[in-house]
Amino acid sequence: MDPIEFLHILRNSLWVCLVTDALLWLLFMAFLIGLGVILRSPLQREVWRNVFQQRLAVVSAVILAVAASFALLDSIHFRQPLPALSNGAGAPDTSQVRYAVEVNSVLDLVLTGLRDGYEKTYSAPLAVHLSALEPITVTLPDGSVEVRREALRLKVAGQAFAPGAVSDVDYWRDVVSRVAVGILGGLAAYAGCVFVCLALLALIRGKHSAVVSRRHPVARRWAMLTLGVVFVITGVFASLSLNFHVFGTDKVGQDVLYQVLKSLRTALIIGLVPTLVTLPIGVILGLAAGYFRGKVDDVIQYVYTTVSAIPGVLLIAAAVLSIQVMLDNHPEWFGTAVERGDVRLLALCIILGMTSWTGIARLLRGESLKMREYEYVQAARAFGVSAGRILLRHILPNVFPIILITMVMEFSTLVLAEAVLSYIGIGVDPTMFSFGLMINNARMELSREPVVWWTLTAAFMFMVVLVLAANILADAVRDALDPRSERQS
Amino acid sequence: MTVQPLLKVRDLSLAFARQGMDGTTTLTDALSNIHFDLHAGETLALLGESGCGKSLTSLALMRLLPPNARYQSGRLLLASDDPRRPEDLMRVSETRMREIRGRRMAMIFQEPATSLNPVMRIGEQIAEVIRLHRGLDTQATQREVRILLDQVGLPDPDKAATAYPFELSGGMKQRAMIAMALAGDPQILLADEPTTALDVTLQAQILDLIRTLQQARQMGVLLITHDLAVVASRADRVAVMYAGQIVESGAVSDVLHHPAHPYTRALLAALPERATRGQNLFQLPGRVPSLGQWPMACRFAPRCADQEPHCLLESPPQVIIPGEFCSGPVEHQVLCWRAGDEAMTSHHEFMAVPARPPHEASKVLDIRDLQVTYAPGNRLWPWPFSRWFGAKSPARPVVDGVSLTLNPGETLALVGESGCGKTTTARAVLGLQALSGGQISLQGMPIAGQGVRPPTGWRRNVQMVFQDPFASLDPRQRIRAILAEGPRALGLAPEIYSEAALCALLERVGLAADALDRFPHEFSGGQRQRIAIARALAVNPAVLICDEPTSALDVSVQAQILNLLRDLQAQTGMAYLFITHNFGVVRYLADHVAVMQAGRIVEQGTVQQIFDDPQDAYTQSLLVSVPVIR
Repeated sequence: MDPIEFLHILRNSLWVCLVTDALLWLLFMAFLIGLGVILRSPLQREVWRNVFQQRLAVVSAVILAVAASFALLDSIHFRQPLPALSNGAGAPDTSQVRYAVEVNSVLDLVLTGLRDGYEKTYSAPLAVHLSALEPITVTLPDGSVEVRREALRLKVAGQAFAPGAVSDVDYWRDVVSRVAVGILGGLAAYAGCVFVCLALLALIRGKHSAVVSRRHPVARRWAMLTLGVVFVITGVFASLSLNFHVFGTDKVGQDVLYQVLKSLRTALIIGLVPTLVTLPIGVILGLAAGYFRGKVDDVIQYVYTTVSAIPGVLLIAAAVLSIQVMLDNHPEWFGTAVERGDVRLLALCIILGMTSWTGIARLLRGESLKMREYEYVQAARAFGVSAGRILLRHILPNVFPIILITMVMEFSTLVLAEAVLSYIGIGVDPTMFSFGLMINNARMELSREPVVWWTLTAAFMFMVVLVLAANILADAVRDALDPRSERQS
Repeated sequence: MTVQPLLKVRDLSLAFARQGMDGTTTLTDALSNIHFDLHAGETLALLGESGCGKSLTSLALMRLLPPNARYQSGRLLLASDDPRRPEDLMRVSETRMREIRGRRMAMIFQEPATSLNPVMRIGEQIAEVIRLHRGLDTQATQREVRILLDQVGLPDPDKAATAYPFELSGGMKQRAMIAMALAGDPQILLADEPTTALDVTLQAQILDLIRTLQQARQMGVLLITHDLAVVASRADRVAVMYAGQIVESGAVSDVLHHPAHPYTRALLAALPERATRGQNLFQLPGRVPSLGQWPMACRFAPRCADQEPHCLLESPPQVIIPGEFCSGPVEHQVLCWRAGDEAMTSHHEFMAVPARPPHEASKVLDIRDLQVTYAPGNRLWPWPFSRWFGAKSPARPVVDGVSLTLNPGETLALVGESGCGKTTTARAVLGLQALSGGQISLQGMPIAGQGVRPPTGWRRNVQMVFQDPFASLDPRQRIRAILAEGPRALGLAPEIYSEAALCALLERVGLAADALDRFPHEFSGGQRQRIAIARALAVNPAVLICDEPTSALDVSVQAQILNLLRDLQAQTGMAYLFITHNFGVVRYLADHVAVMQAGRIVEQGTVQQIFDDPQDAYTQSLLVSVPVIR
């Protein structure tokens, strides 16, 4: 899509702010603020330098950043204006603008080609034919009619080829040339980006440091390398997508690559938003239990022992189903299906958060129980510093690494939990895209003949890469931040 | 024919490899040319401050080094059956080495609590060693376990054999540890600070035990310690280590009475035991340089009072001290350019401490019949199961009827074994611990006790300096915030924690003003203890409680801190309640002494009374246990 049209649509649309959009962007802001704090504090900078001296951590961070940028782009929603109705006389009525019921995101707009390219039904990755044979009626030269079963040419993919059968030579020549163009395009875009970034850096820092400082050679080298690979892959995918479905299409003929990219946002929201619920409950209760001990500790312990004794899936199923019923009974609450799905997603996040705070509470209780006996806490108490202030100034900053580590580790658990919940039908709204839903749908596809393996594979690949990156980063963060592992080094 | 030593260490050098960011490996020297012999029936002490490479030497002998350590050179010759063909431990296979560990050389560690496996019975742990190295059958092994436990002086060997480590006290655990080390009937015993975690009385018992066993079995003992007094009373020979080198070695009497190396002299001069009251201790400037920052030539030169220009340029030679100082067959060696130089500062100049302000009559701190009982549990619901597991009888008071008074400008030392209630008393004075009886008054105002409402702002008058300099400062706060916390929390005038005031405060404890914006991890232990003192000083307290403020510090740093505390007391007239088990410090610093045992004060009096004429049996046993340098 050309940029002018792109901006035109953006300018004339009705902006829709979903709750999860707001939360995701808020989290992004919080992340930026945190980054600022880290960059300004020499102690923190030193600690994080240790994290990013590990090559895999750098690679993981870049992969997560790319996933996050997709999710953020996917979190700016709007409704496009409909063409104005003609008021009988043929002149368009411009007095009242009406907007489409469909809610799209900026990512949808970028991926318009992928989104609109519907086929009839399943097609394999990079195919030009449908995957299943269809009966077609052929009139033979002698006038008799024969019904043959053939794989039809796709509607959208393979348009670069002439109608009729595609020879192997033509096909592979096209694929290879597109891959080559993609690689070159990706590299060119990468070079362009690097050049622009360097130029900007030079502008900001002044001409003296036009050459980037060489303080983190490992981090920089691997970040650049990973980004380069991401650019090249994007280039190849983009170039192939002009004539093919890179990951094939699903039952209704929708591009699987598009679904996978849309699923990133759901995965990130599921992975991050529940911590907004978990953290306040878990941190406050955990620290209070450990610091005040006695009766406070008893009450909090009984509460979290009870909560963790209830099977989480049961609780989630009950909550999600009752919310589903409530939403079904009040269709008037929502203007669009997307908004409805979003509320359900938010409810799922909250209930996931409500059931997963016990772990961090228990962990922090132990830490604050230990830390209240530390001599600096005693010294503060000897000055008569109030309990709230001690918790805030002395204990919270010192357990912060543990909180952060738990958060990062929790991320992958939650993403995987979403897959399981969607699989048993109590996860996200079926109108949305998510890895869990894709895997759920793929259940039937594996028993078809020919086997439809690509939806499962694509969802699986993306999810594994995302979760693996999160896990590796969590490990690196723990190695560098965990006060308990410090002593070993 | 001379007797062959059990172990000959020749030119042992060790380095740590560190992987650089660009893939290159850099080597950092950790031990250089370690050279000593260990004979049967002899105790060789390795003496030095922390970070000098003492423990590393013992680990190197056992070949139990961390994976990034690299042997550079040297030979470790262990005497074998054929006296002419000793085994070189650096060349034998790992399989052979496993046979040697425990059988020929055994090790005792510092912390008995963590060196025993908590889920195995003591007897099983010892039996395991016997089975491994001596191949006895089950019956004989059991017999041997009993004999060993009996030898190390455990009162009931049968019971001890079936006990789990948590059922034994610290001293008993260390005895069990020794029994385990002896199980393989080793010829060489490596004791790495075997008594540092123990009380004075236990320390004396354990050291005596090692001595007795050594003589009975004719073992060679390598005793690693930082305590000069232990060396003086228990070792035959001593090797003083500094920055990965042995700087002086010889017979204990030679080295301690005629020290030739400036470092040994400085260590001796820094001991509070040897100082006269009323004089400042000798202060060795700086501290042991950390690994990788060792000077090129003489490693001690930058801190040396007798430094000459070429000390900084060229490595010093190994000198054998001749003449009348050298007694017996043991050579007295020293690594110094100026060895034997008569002009060296043999007696450091002691600065007299300014006279104290006259005592005011009023008591600044008055503790009367203090009683503290740890409540069995402040539970919401009574725990129903406690009855099944043997309901606890009403808790015994941890502190029971302690009465102490403290005058302004005075130092009262509270001594006793660990667990006797010293720290609980201090916590009660600070208001961190609820009393179950008695009353505490500060400057005539009651601050704690039954029905007492402390006056507002009383906390500024009593503050504390803690034992562990690494745990007493919040690692995530800058020094500025740490120092300002007290005055701010007490609502004092903002001038007290203004920039200028904080700088002045740092200057009083001997730190530069640029420390304000740094974090605690950037400071050494001694510097941190100075910051902790400054934090307490910020509110200008009348009473400062010092809870073993120097026990975690090296001898030379301890001297700096003690001097600082003395000077501050002279300037401000603060009263100190000094909790310690170091009798040298007590004798040097305190005016009065209170001896505590099991929550009670058993004896109280002036320093002269307690040290010269102790009345109570417990005090006498404490004083006898203290190792001294004669």
